[in-house]
Amino acid sequence: MSRNLYDLLGLVSSVAFILALKGLSSPKSARRGNMIGAIGAGVATFVVFFYKGDEGSLHNLPWIFGALLLGSAFGVPAARKVQMTQMPQMVALFNGVGGGAAALVAIVEYLNLGDSASTLAVIATVFTVVVGCISFSGSIITFLKLQELMTTRPVVFPGGRFVIGGTLVGIFVNAGFVIANGGNTLLELLAGLSLLFGVLFVLPVGGADVPIVISLLNAFTGLTVAASGYVLQNILLIVAGTLVGASGTILTRLMAVAMGRSVMGTLFGAFTAKAVAGGGAQEERPVRSGSPDDVAILLNYARRVVIVPGYGLAVAQAQHTIREMADLLTAKGIDVAYGIHPVAGRMPGHMNVLLAEANVPYEQLSEMEEVNPTFAQTDVALVVGANDVVNPAAKTTPGAPIYGMPILDVDQAANIIFLKRSMRPGFAGIENELLYDPKTTLLFGDAKASLTKVVSALKAL
Amino acid sequence: MSNGLALLAIFTLAVFVGFEVVSKVSTTLHTPLMSGANAIHGIILVGAIIVAGHADGGLQLILGVLAVVLATINMIGGFVVTDRMLEMFKGKK
Repeated sequence: MSRNLYDLLGLVSSVAFILALKGLSSPKSARRGNMIGAIGAGVATFVVFFYKGDEGSLHNLPWIFGALLLGSAFGVPAARKVQMTQMPQMVALFNGVGGGAAALVAIVEYLNLGDSASTLAVIATVFTVVVGCISFSGSIITFLKLQELMTTRPVVFPGGRFVIGGTLVGIFVNAGFVIANGGNTLLELLAGLSLLFGVLFVLPVGGADVPIVISLLNAFTGLTVAASGYVLQNILLIVAGTLVGASGTILTRLMAVAMGRSVMGTLFGAFTAKAVAGGGAQEERPVRSGSPDDVAILLNYARRVVIVPGYGLAVAQAQHTIREMADLLTAKGIDVAYGIHPVAGRMPGHMNVLLAEANVPYEQLSEMEEVNPTFAQTDVALVVGANDVVNPAAKTTPGAPIYGMPILDVDQAANIIFLKRSMRPGFAGIENELLYDPKTTLLFGDAKASLTKVVSALKAL
Repeated sequence: MSNGLALLAIFTLAVFVGFEVVSKVSTTLHTPLMSGANAIHGIILVGAIIVAGHADGGLQLILGVLAVVLATINMIGGFVVTDRMLEMFKGKK
């Protein structure tokens, strides 16, 4: 196969990837887009075996085929079996192995570079080794945190920021030496330092902020793939890597905005840890708790109900029960909508996936900007397993950790119902004034058990 | 135009295409976007196959083959899991 034909097919695969991302602009075209992307990737993997470059055709074929089979044997069952609630850690894991692969490719490239290599190629290779290693070890730590194989709390040790700073300086100095003088031992040291940095950089990040880190590391891996493409003179790798870099960057920013904080603040927040300010009124105050029957009556006589689902709903596996309830209410002629906060769940758009799994039609899911103006005409806002995303402290209490985060304005609804396990505050660890509001009714207990009781009460009415 | 410059031009244009396409993705689909983009960077598999196929030393072969395994997990796993998610997004019947 000639170079031109090979590059042309690479271009075809690049377009397939662009179409895959373009397909995601609507749920209708998304699945087909993903198929096109997968076909593009398949074509690229197939044709690489037929291309004879300057170095001749590929050898070691039995090894390569064995490795492809082994990778599929791990990847496919994992992707098939993973539960939708565990999606963030799956993405983190896949991202980590991708970063690791990019780093390994760059290390082998480096060993092959020779003296004639351009400085730019050496810089690109060193960049890939460093960032690929950071992405690998950082993703593994995020995976361990999300899978709760280690503590989800920020891990901070005395002098931590100096250790991190020192490691970073070490990486830069070392990288400078490798670029200027070369040397295999130095490269090994560089890879080791980068792996260490990946670990140190994710350890201080708290559980709630981990998705931002995954998205950032995803962008990192994309850039390493683009840099590898530069060294290997491969158009497809450049385009694909850059697309991923762009999507990771956009998502990281969107997420940070949706959480009302800066990306830098998230990453280095644990080092400048302030005392948690705002809304910290911990005294015993009266709340109004109701029975499932009370809740059913409130819902039954409403004209419009907005359901605000949070991660608590997913943990209790109550997606199906809530849909059953919503269907019952719709059958009674009540207008039902779901108000979805952009970061409801554990990653952006996670709640949409979880509700889609329960067959909730996506037309019923309203985004925050869409649903907020309608709360004033809403009779009942039903908050299930969510807390921080409806906490008015985000608007009223400067200094609260969530201050400035856009929230769902459930406080404007005529009645508010909270389904909660306990009075414990949400992930951000701050008190929610709304719980003490006179128009609020609390129903304590496991979300699924509570909803099941509400459903039977509704049927009895 | 030199080869290096041509690659740089491709990179620059791809940045703009990437931002343009991704900013149009519906917020409903941000999780599949993350896993789909994840699958796309699994294309490093092509690079892994190239370096494994040209490796002559034992160490190079080991590293190259390991890269192929990891990249395959990334790419195939990523596309399968994204497909599983998107399959669930059905509208009203």
